[in-house]
Amino acid sequence: MISRVEVHRGRYHDSVRLMQASKALQEVPGVTDALVAMATELNLSLLADMEFDMDEVAGIGPNDLLLAIRAETEEAIEAAHRALDEALTPKVVPSGGLDGPDPKTIGTAARLNGANVALLSVPGEHAFVEAMEALQDGLHVMIFSDNVPIEQEITLKEYGVSRDLLVMGPDCGTTIVNGLGLGFANAVQPGPVSMVGASGTGIQEMCALLDDAGVGVKHALGTGSHDLSEDVGASSTLQALEALDADPETELIVVISKPPAAAVADKVRRVASECATPVVITFMGETTLEEGAGEVLDALGKPRPDYGSWEAPEREHRPGSVRGLFSGGTLRSEARHVAMPFLGPIGTREEDEGHTFIDYGDDEYTQGRAHPMIDQTVRVERLAATAHDETVGVVLMDVVLGYGSNANPAAELAPIVRRVVDSGVAVVVSLCGTRGDPQGRDAQATALNEAGASVYLSNAAAAREAVRLATTRSSS
Amino acid sequence: MSDLSQFLDNEPVVATAGTDMLAVSIEQQGSAVSRADWRPPAAGTEDALNVLFSDDRMRDANEVAVGRMLAVRPHLADVKVARDVITGMTDRTFLHAGPPLEWDRASGPMKGAIIGAMLYEGLADDPDDAAARAARGEIELSPCHHHDAVGPMAGVTSPSMPVAVVEDAAGDGVSYSTLNEGLGKVLRYGAFAPEVIDRLRWMDAVLGPVLKAVLASTGPIDLQSLIAQALQMGDDGHNRNRAVTSLFLREIAGALIDGADASVENRRAVFDFINGNDHFMLNLVMAAGKLGSMAASGVPSSSLVTVMARNGTDFGVRLSGTGDRWFIAPAPPVDGLYLGSFTEEDASPDIGDSTITETVGLGGFAMGAAPAIVGFVGGTAAGAVRRTLAMYEITMTEHPMYQVPMLEFRGTPVGIDASRIVRTGVLPQINTGVAGKVPGTGMVGAGLVEAPMECFTQGITALAEVSR
Repeated sequence: MISRVEVHRGRYHDSVRLMQASKALQEVPGVTDALVAMATELNLSLLADMEFDMDEVAGIGPNDLLLAIRAETEEAIEAAHRALDEALTPKVVPSGGLDGPDPKTIGTAARLNGANVALLSVPGEHAFVEAMEALQDGLHVMIFSDNVPIEQEITLKEYGVSRDLLVMGPDCGTTIVNGLGLGFANAVQPGPVSMVGASGTGIQEMCALLDDAGVGVKHALGTGSHDLSEDVGASSTLQALEALDADPETELIVVISKPPAAAVADKVRRVASECATPVVITFMGETTLEEGAGEVLDALGKPRPDYGSWEAPEREHRPGSVRGLFSGGTLRSEARHVAMPFLGPIGTREEDEGHTFIDYGDDEYTQGRAHPMIDQTVRVERLAATAHDETVGVVLMDVVLGYGSNANPAAELAPIVRRVVDSGVAVVVSLCGTRGDPQGRDAQATALNEAGASVYLSNAAAAREAVRLATTRSSS
Repeated sequence: MSDLSQFLDNEPVVATAGTDMLAVSIEQQGSAVSRADWRPPAAGTEDALNVLFSDDRMRDANEVAVGRMLAVRPHLADVKVARDVITGMTDRTFLHAGPPLEWDRASGPMKGAIIGAMLYEGLADDPDDAAARAARGEIELSPCHHHDAVGPMAGVTSPSMPVAVVEDAAGDGVSYSTLNEGLGKVLRYGAFAPEVIDRLRWMDAVLGPVLKAVLASTGPIDLQSLIAQALQMGDDGHNRNRAVTSLFLREIAGALIDGADASVENRRAVFDFINGNDHFMLNLVMAAGKLGSMAASGVPSSSLVTVMARNGTDFGVRLSGTGDRWFIAPAPPVDGLYLGSFTEEDASPDIGDSTITETVGLGGFAMGAAPAIVGFVGGTAAGAVRRTLAMYEITMTEHPMYQVPMLEFRGTPVGIDASRIVRTGVLPQINTGVAGKVPGTGMVGAGLVEAPMECFTQGITALAEVSR
C-alpha cells in the first residue's frame, strides 16, 4: 500500500467542490482512501484519523490545499491525480444566455470544435497571420485566398514541413479529405485514387472524369497554384506525395499542376518515381487532364470510356473566331493546349484579336466580386455580348459544379445561351461535375443542351468540338 | 504515425476564417464547422503582425512571460514608511499613477492629490502655495510604476506615507502600495480638505504601526489565496473588494485582539477603519498584481501587456518585450454611474494604476464573478459573464487560481496579448472609479472604460521593430 500526502500552498477551492473531488478520487480503481480538502483544523484531524503521515503537513493552514491518497499501486496514484485534475478543471462552458461572443481568430475558432484543419479565405494580405497561428496551434492549413506574397508562402510551407503540417495554398481552390470537400469540391465516391494538385479546377476535372468512368477518390490535396514555382519548389506537393504514398488505402496517386517550373517538375518526377505507389503525372502544358485520367484508368485496368456528352443538333453557325469564357484557370489552359495546334495563336486577354480564351477567375476580372464559379455576372455579360459580336463564331465555356459553386448555374446561363445560339453562334460547354454534385450534373447538362449548347463532361472533348466547329465552318 | 498521416485517416474537423460560403459548403456536406468572425487588424499593424508571426519567438516568449506572471506568490509581509523602502524616493519625490506626467498637463484630481500630499508633508502653507511650488518644479513627479509601486486613482505616494510591502514567496520580487483611505473625500480622488490630511496623518501614526505589529505576529499573509476565495464570494478585485477585505479582517483579527503594541482605542480604530472601508484591500490586490507584472516584464519578443495605467491625462501601456517603454494615448472618459447629483460633466478622464488588476486577470476580466456590481454593465448577471467571456479572446491562458463560479469555475482570462488586441479589435475591459475633475472634489462615480487601441498599435509596432 502506498500513501501520498501533498500540499498545494495557497490553492483554493470551495469545500463542496472539494468533497466532490474527494468522491471522484475514492472511485478510482486501486485507491483505498483519498482526501482533498483545504487544510483547516477539522480536515487536518480527519487526515490524522485516516492515519496519513502528518509530517508533510506541518505548518500549513486553511488557505492551503491538502491532497492525501492511499492506493495499491503507483499507477492508481497517477490515475487519482488525473481524476483530481479532471474534477477541478472546468470543462463545460454553460450555454443559455451565457455564451461568449463569436470567436474572432482562427485559433479561438479552432479551439471551440477541436479542429485539425483551418480553411482561410481572408484577404490575401491578412492570410499570413491567421495561417501561422493555425500552424502554431498544430492545424493543417488550407489557404483559399490569393495575393499572398511569395515569401510568406515559403515561410508558411517551411514551417509546415518542420511540424509535419500540410499547407494547402495560398490560392488553393480545392481539397478533398476522406470525401469531405474544402473550397470548391465535387462529391466523390470513395475509391483507390488520391490526388495532389497545384490546381483547383485540375483536381475537379480529374474527379469528374474518374467519376464518369466509375472510379472513386480517396483524397485530393490541393497545394496552391504557386507550389510548383521555382521559388516554392513543390514544397507541399512533395510533402503530400509522401503522405499519400504512405496511405494504405491509396492505390494510385495523380499529381496535377498548372505548367510547372522545369527544374521543379523534374524534382517532382524524381520523387514520384521513388514512390511505392504508382504515380500518374499530369502537368498542364505537357498533357491534358483527359489523358491523365486515361493513364489512371489504364493503370487500374479499366477501359477508357466515352465521357458523357449532350450534343446539340448540327446547324449552321456564322464564321468567326472562338471565344473562350472560362471560370477555371486550368480548364482554360487545357482547352488552349488542345486547340492551339489547330487554331494557331489564342489570346488570353479580352483586348487580344482573333481567338481568345479568357480566365474570368483571374484577379483582373474578380475585383470586388466573388469568383465566377459563384457569381456568373461577368461571364453572363460577356456571353450575351457575343450575340452582337460579328467576329465571334463559336463560344467555348466551362461550367463548374460541386460544393461551393453557384447553386444552379444553368438557370442563369440557359436563356442567354438560347439567345446567342439564335444569333448564329455555336455554344460548346465543358461541364465539370460528378453525378453526386448538389446541383444535379445531368439536369444541368440537359438544361444547357436544351438551350442549344453542346455539352461535354471532358473539357478536352469540349475544346476539340470547338475546334471542329471553328475549322469546319472556316474550311467550308 | 505522423501528424499528416493521422489527418488523412479521419474526416477532417474544420475551422474557418473568411467568406461564409466556404463554411456553408462544408455544412452542406453534413460536417460541423467552427467559424471565426474575422475582421481586419487595426489599421497600420499589418506589417508588424507579419513580422511577429514569422516565427515562434513571440509565442514562446509569451508562454515564458505569462508563466512568470502566474508563478508569483504575493504575500503581504510588512508595512513600512515609503522613504525607507521605495528605491529612488527623496524627500521631494511624489509618486503618481500612470505614465510620466508634468504638473502643467496634470488633471484636476491629480493636481488635487499632489497639493494634498504636499500639505501632508508640510511642504506648503496652503493649497495655492502648494500649486505654485509644484508648478515651479520644487517637487519631483515620478510614476509609481517606475518604483515597483502602484497607487489607485491619482496614486500619489509621498515620502512619509506608510506603504504595504508585498513579497513574492516564490521569488525575489517586492512591490509596494499605499494603504487605502476609504471612499468619498480622499486624497486619491484629488481631495485635500483638512479632514483628508488629518486622516493621512492618522494612517501614518496609527494604522501603519498597528498593521506592522499585526503582520509581525501573523507572519506574511497570502494575498492570492484571499483573492481567489473572494472571487467566489462576489468580488472582482477592482471595483468590489468587500469579500477580500472581510477575509483579511478575519486573518488579522486574532493578532489585533492580542495587542499589536497598541492601545485598545487604537486597535478598535484600526478595526473600524478597515471594517468601514470595503475597498481597503484594493491597494493590496494591486500590489499583488504589480508583483506578477514585474515578474513578467522584460521577456524579449513577448507581446504580454504588463502594465495598463492612467494618470488622468494619458493612458499608458507597457509590454513585456519592450521593457520600460510607455505607449501612450489620451485617457478616455469613463462610462459610469454617478453618485448623488454628479454627472459625466463632473468627471475627470480615466485615472489610476488600479488597472494592474485587469492585467492579472481581475477587475473587468473577472466581472463574471461579481454579480453585485452588474449595475455597471447594464444590470444583468449574464451581461457581466459575457464581459468576462469576451476577454478570453485577447488573453493567453486561464488563471489557475482565480475562478468564475458562473463559468463552472473556469479560470479568469489572464495574460493580455497585445497582438490579439490589434488583430481582433477587442479592447481590455476595465472596471474603475471616477474622480471629479475639479481639484478637491473626490469620487463622483464608478463605471467601465476600455483601454485605447492606440496604445496597443504603438506597442505592437515597437515590438516588431525590436524583433526584426
